[in-house]
Amino acid sequence: MSTKDSNKSISVQEMIAQKSNRGLLSRIEKLVPKILFAIAAMSVLTTIGIVLTLIFETIIFFTRVSPLEFIFGTEWYPFANTTPAYGILPLIVGTLKITGIAVLVAVPIGIATAIFLSEYASERTRRFIKPILEVLAGVPTIVYGFFALTFVTPVLQSIFPQLSIFNALSPGIVVGIMIIPMIASLSEDAMTSVPNAMREGAYALGSTRLEVALKVVLPAATSGIVASTVLAISRAIGETMIVSVAAGSTPGFNWDITGSIQTMTAYIVQVTTGDAGYGTTIYYSIYAVGFTLFLFTLVMNLLAQYISKRFREEY
Amino acid sequence: MKYMDHNVVSSKMKSRLTKNKFFKGLFFAATMFGLIVLAVLLIRIITQGGGYINWDFFMNFASRFPEQAGIKSALIGSIYLMLVVAPVSMFLGVGTAIYLEEYAKQNKMNRFIKVNISNLAGVPSVVFGLLGLTIFVRNFDLGISILAAGFTMSLLILPVIIVASQEAIRAVPRELREASFAMGATKWQTIVRVVLPAAVPGVLTGSILALSRAIGETAPLVVIGIPTILMFTPNHLLDTFTALPMQIFDWTKRPQVAFHDVAAAGIIVLMTLLIIMNSIAVFIRNKYQKRY
Amino acid sequence: MATTTTKSVKINNQPIKNEIVEKTSVYKTNQLNLWYGSNHALKNIDLDIKENEVTAIIGPSGCGKSTYIKTLNRMIEIIPTVKTSGEIIYRGRNIFSKDYQVEDLRTKVGMVFQKPNPFPKSIYDNIAYGPRIHGIKNKKILDEIVEKSLRGAAIWDEVKDRLNENAYGLSGGQQQRICIARCLAIEPDVILMDEPTSALDPISTLKVEELVQELKTQYSIIIVTHNMQQAARISDKTAFFLNGEVIEYDDTDKIFSNPSDKRTEDYISGRFG
Repeated sequence: MSTKDSNKSISVQEMIAQKSNRGLLSRIEKLVPKILFAIAAMSVLTTIGIVLTLIFETIIFFTRVSPLEFIFGTEWYPFANTTPAYGILPLIVGTLKITGIAVLVAVPIGIATAIFLSEYASERTRRFIKPILEVLAGVPTIVYGFFALTFVTPVLQSIFPQLSIFNALSPGIVVGIMIIPMIASLSEDAMTSVPNAMREGAYALGSTRLEVALKVVLPAATSGIVASTVLAISRAIGETMIVSVAAGSTPGFNWDITGSIQTMTAYIVQVTTGDAGYGTTIYYSIYAVGFTLFLFTLVMNLLAQYISKRFREEY
Repeated sequence: MKYMDHNVVSSKMKSRLTKNKFFKGLFFAATMFGLIVLAVLLIRIITQGGGYINWDFFMNFASRFPEQAGIKSALIGSIYLMLVVAPVSMFLGVGTAIYLEEYAKQNKMNRFIKVNISNLAGVPSVVFGLLGLTIFVRNFDLGISILAAGFTMSLLILPVIIVASQEAIRAVPRELREASFAMGATKWQTIVRVVLPAAVPGVLTGSILALSRAIGETAPLVVIGIPTILMFTPNHLLDTFTALPMQIFDWTKRPQVAFHDVAAAGIIVLMTLLIIMNSIAVFIRNKYQKRY
Repeated sequence: MATTTTKSVKINNQPIKNEIVEKTSVYKTNQLNLWYGSNHALKNIDLDIKENEVTAIIGPSGCGKSTYIKTLNRMIEIIPTVKTSGEIIYRGRNIFSKDYQVEDLRTKVGMVFQKPNPFPKSIYDNIAYGPRIHGIKNKKILDEIVEKSLRGAAIWDEVKDRLNENAYGLSGGQQQRICIARCLAIEPDVILMDEPTSALDPISTLKVEELVQELKTQYSIIIVTHNMQQAARISDKTAFFLNGEVIEYDDTDKIFSNPSDKRTEDYISGRFG
C-alpha cells in the first residue's frame, strides 16, 4: 500500500461516475418489491389452496352422501360393505374426549408452571427450566404416541384394570402433556408483561406472594392466559399421531373414555394408510372430515386472536 | 375509630404465609411434572431401544424380523427430505419476511397477509397433508416423492420461518439502514449488504428450529402416502422414499412387542438428530446475541 | 486508472480563492417549508451555504435543526408522513426535482450521525462499503481508498493493524471517526454532521472537532450542534433556528459577539434552551 498518493489524478467521485449504473439499479429497485410480493403471496396461495382443495373434494363427497346425514348422523361406519354410514358426530365426540382430557391435564399444570416461573422462581431456576420446557415442546408427536401406547396405557391399566389397550384416557393425558409447554410459556409471557409497579403496590400493603400472584397478576394477565388456552385447545383438536397410535379406530357416540375411540385426525390417517382407492366415497370422506377439522381449528385460532386483541391490557 | 386492628392482621398473617408456602410447593410440583415426564420418557426410550443401536441398525433396511430391522432407508430419506425443505422454506420464508418488514405498506392486502400467516400457523399438520396429497402428489403429478413431501413440509413450517425472520430483520437497528442510505445506497443494496448479514444469525436459529420440527413431523407424510417398508434408498428427488418418523410409526403399530423396542431405537436416532439441530441453533443464538 | 488528465475537475481540491471574491454557494435554500403530518416543522427557511466553510446550526431542541440537515440529503423522506414545499438548490439543481436521483445526491453529500453507527463488519469493510456499492471492486484501489480515508479521519494509526477486526470492538469516539472515514471514502462534496459529538466523551469530542477543522480545507461541512461553545470554536458561519424558523444567520464571530436579534442573544447567553 503506497502512502503518498493523495494526489492521485482521478478522484473517487469520478470513478463512481464512470461505474455508475443507475439505470440497472433503479430497474432492480422496481423489480425487487414485485418479486418479494410474489413470494409473500405464496403463504396466501397456500391458504387458498387448502380451502379450495377441502371445499372441492367435500362437494364431491356431498354428491354421494347427504350433508344432513354427515352433520347430524350419529353413526360412522364408512367401511361397512352393505350400508356405510357417514355421520361425523362420533368422530367429533372422539376429538372432544381427547381435547377435554388434555385441557383438564394441561390448564392447571400449565398455569401453575407459569405462576411458578413468573412469580416465584429465581432467574437461575427460570434459565434452567425454560429450555427443558422447550425440549418438551419439541418432542415429535409420534414419540409421544409411542410413549402413550407403550408406557402410559400399561401404567393406567394397572390402576384401572377395565381400561382397554386403545382408549381415550391415555392419549388424552399425553396430548395434555404435549400442550403444557405452550400454555405455560404463553401464560408466563402474559404474566411477566404485568408491570412491576402493580406488584410493588400490592407488596407495599403487606400482601404475600400468593396474594400478589392470584389477586393482582393473574387477573391482569387473564386475556393472555385465556388466549394461550384456546390456542392449546386448537393444537389438541388437530393432534394426529398420538391418537392414531394410542386411541384406536372405533368411532362411538358416547362419553366412555376407557374404550377404543376415533378422532377426526385419526380417521384421516386410518384411510390414508389403508388401501381405499382414489375416487371412492371413503377417499372423499377424508376431505369432508378434514374440512370439519379445519373449521374447528380456524374458529379456535380466530377466537384466540380476538381475545388477545380485544382484551389486551393497556398498562 | 379504627377500621383496622393490627393485632388481628398479625394473627392472620401467619396462616396467610403458610398458605403461601403450601401453594409455592404446589406450583413447584406442577413445574416439576413436565420435567419428570420428560425424564421418564427419555429413560424409558433409552432402556427400551438402546440395545438395538448398533452398526447393523444403521446399515439395514426394514425387515419382517425385528432383530434384522434397520433404518438405513428412513435415515437417508429424512436427510433427502431436509435437503428439499431447507432451501425451499428458507427462500419463501426469508423473502416474505423481507417483503413484510421492508416493503409492505400499511394497507389491507398486507394486513391480510399477516393475519393469514398467523392463521396458517394454526392449521393442523394433517390438513397440510391433504393439501400435499391433492396439489403436489396428484395435480402437479409429482407422485409420492421426496419433492412432493418436501414442498408440503416447506409450506407447513413456512409461518415459523417467516415470523423468526421478521423478528431478526426487525432487530437490525434503524441507524444501520440510515448509514447505508446516507452513502447513496439503494434500498435493495442496503437490504442485501447491511440488513440481511446482520439478521443471518436470527434467521438461521429460527430456521433450524423450524426444520427440527419438520424432521419429526409424521402426519403429512402419512396422508401423502409415504411407504414404510422400502428396500432401497432414493436416487433422485422424484423417487419415493420413507422417513424416520414414518418408520417409527410403522414399528409402533405392529402388534409384536419386539418391534416396539426397534421403534424405541428409531426414536433414539430421531431425538439425537433433534438435539444436534437444537444445539446448533442455541450455539448460533448465544454466539451472536446482543451485538448491537 | 492512472491516466493523468489535467481536464478532470477536482471538486475537492478547488484552488483557494482570493478572500475578496465571494465564495461559491453549495446549498441555496429558498422558502423551504416542511410538515410532519400536520406539524409545521420548518417555516420559510432561506439559507445560502458556502463551500469550504463550516456552517453550524444551533438552536434549542425541537427547533428543526436536525430536520433541516436531514432535508439537505433527503434522508427525511424515510419518514412517510413528511411533506415539503420550496426548493433546495444544490450546486445549481433543485434536489426536490423529479429527475434528481436521491442516490446521486447522497453520493455527493455524506452524513455523520448523532450516535456512531458503524456496520457490524470489519473496519475495512465499513470504509469500503461506499466505494463498493458504487461499483468499485478493484482490491488495490479499495486498499488505497481505505487507507486514505482512515488517514483523513485521523484514525489510521490507531487501527492500521486491525483492519479486519469488527468495528464494534472500538471505543465510541473511535467508532465515530470510523463513521467519518466511511463518509470520506466516497470523497463527498459536502459532509452533513448531525450532533456528531453528542454521544462522545470530552476527549473524543475534542478529536472530532480538530478533525472538522482539518476537513474544512477540502469539504464543505454543515454541522448541527446543541453545544454553543462547539459552534463558536469550529464554525465560520452560524445559523440560529427557533421554532422551525431561521432567526439569524451570519458569521460566527458576529453571532456570538454582537447578535442582531434579541432572541439569538437570549439563547447564546443561556437564558433559554
